[in-house]
Amino acid sequence: MIKEMKLVLFIPLIIGVTGCASLGVEPWERDLLAKDEMSLNAAPVDSALDDHIYFSKEASSGGKGFGGGGCGCN
Amino acid sequence: MVARGLAVVDVVVINTMKNKTEKTNIKAALTIATAALLGTSNFTKAETTSIANVEENAWEFDSAFLFYSEADRVSAGEAIFNATKTFTDEEVLNLKLTVDALTGASANGGVAQPNVQTFTRPSGSGQYTIAAGDTPLDDTFHDTRVQLNGQWTQPIAPNYTASGGVHISKEYDYLSLGVNGNLAFDFDRKNSTFSAGFSYFQDKFTPEGGIPKAFSSMLIGDSSLPNWDDEFAKTRIGSEDTKTTTDILLGFTQVINRRMITQFNYSYSMVDGYLTDPFKIISVVGGFNSIDAGVAQDYIYESRPDSRIKQSIYAQSLYHFDKSVLDISYRYMWDDWQITSHTIDSRFRIPLGDAFGRESYIQPHFRFYQQSAAEFYKPFLIDGAALPTYASADYRIGEMTTFTVGLKYGLLVNNGHDLSFRLEYYRQTPTDAGFDEPGVLKGVDLYPTIDAIIAQVTYSF
Repeated sequence: MIKEMKLVLFIPLIIGVTGCASLGVEPWERDLLAKDEMSLNAAPVDSALDDHIYFSKEASSGGKGFGGGGCGCN
Repeated sequence: MVARGLAVVDVVVINTMKNKTEKTNIKAALTIATAALLGTSNFTKAETTSIANVEENAWEFDSAFLFYSEADRVSAGEAIFNATKTFTDEEVLNLKLTVDALTGASANGGVAQPNVQTFTRPSGSGQYTIAAGDTPLDDTFHDTRVQLNGQWTQPIAPNYTASGGVHISKEYDYLSLGVNGNLAFDFDRKNSTFSAGFSYFQDKFTPEGGIPKAFSSMLIGDSSLPNWDDEFAKTRIGSEDTKTTTDILLGFTQVINRRMITQFNYSYSMVDGYLTDPFKIISVVGGFNSIDAGVAQDYIYESRPDSRIKQSIYAQSLYHFDKSVLDISYRYMWDDWQITSHTIDSRFRIPLGDAFGRESYIQPHFRFYQQSAAEFYKPFLIDGAALPTYASADYRIGEMTTFTVGLKYGLLVNNGHDLSFRLEYYRQTPTDAGFDEPGVLKGVDLYPTIDAIIAQVTYSF
């Protein structure tokens, strides 16, 4: 089950690496991608606050960024 | 409880709405202050408060205040002040100050009982009692934390960007120092990016009352007796301990088309040192055949392994519809404590146009999280049975499902600044990972749900 899940997740990665020619945009097609809300960390302050909450309340951390130490809350 | 939680609202930053042509005096003043603190040459120029000069040396500021409150348990307030300056050659300096304060009651690890229970405070001075049927909560938790982060990012060669940062965090009983570094490589017209990063943290923990001896019994009695301090000291092995955390993060980002971008990360994290929670205990209860079946006979301090290796994969996609933006991510984490977890996080940003006289948006948020228990998680131990090598009754490493629902509302206010509000409801539902409950434990709630409200205001200028 877990292995299958990992496979499903990495298939797009493999496609991404091997099929670059068919993916992506030209520089003049970045009008939407250039918007702040299309950035991968569109609200860094929210992310930092959320990370702190979930780090101290659950057994997982990191993934999107560093899971790190930094507080005595867990 | 649920109804209260669902009535949530939320706040964040709308960078896209920024109007750089208008700057206010507060920004000029902060620019001067920041420049002065850093000792940069901007000071003299900014001091003249020429609006044009401030623009030329523009800093972006984000300020946020978050309130977190659990029903009948912990409440916390956290404030962030974030300053970012982009220099002409794409060098970016980011400085962040975080201050938080926490107070309230926290589960001590013991199980509820059909009778009143008495526990000793972590400091060793004084006791607290828990009513029959209630989950034992220690209400002595108070802490204030100050954290500073600095990050410098710059291009180092065509298509290569490097970043480095430092971190310091200080609490009453905790000190954390950290460094991090990251290198990113863009290719295929910058549609693809590989990145590799590391971070290292060195933490020192000096808990109130010292470090308890693993599995020693909590001393309970009259703390004013002359021999109390000596007896309490016998349950301690020192005043402080340390841990280190080393993280490696590999990432790949791919632009799919004009509307879609995806990211994949793999992370490997090694934590070594003191990973036990010195404030947590485990109830030792009478066995199935005992006349005291399920009745607490003793409370012993928990013990966890001194290392943990966590790994995770993370995938995220953003899709721009005609107007709205969907941001969805999934994380799978596994570690050598046999904990696995799934996290799905999604946000859907809907612009409202000028519907309320100002440019604004709403953003519903949904998060789902599920974890399995650590192999040494035990909600209680049986009296007379052999002690395991490690054991913890901390529900946070037990089997659990949580979800968060929230709403954020953001708007462009005067001078092109962004104001946002966020209100969320968070529920933790610990579940039974298959432990048979002897005697009286069948009649109490060993896995109580926890409800919390998260409220946040953010102002960016």
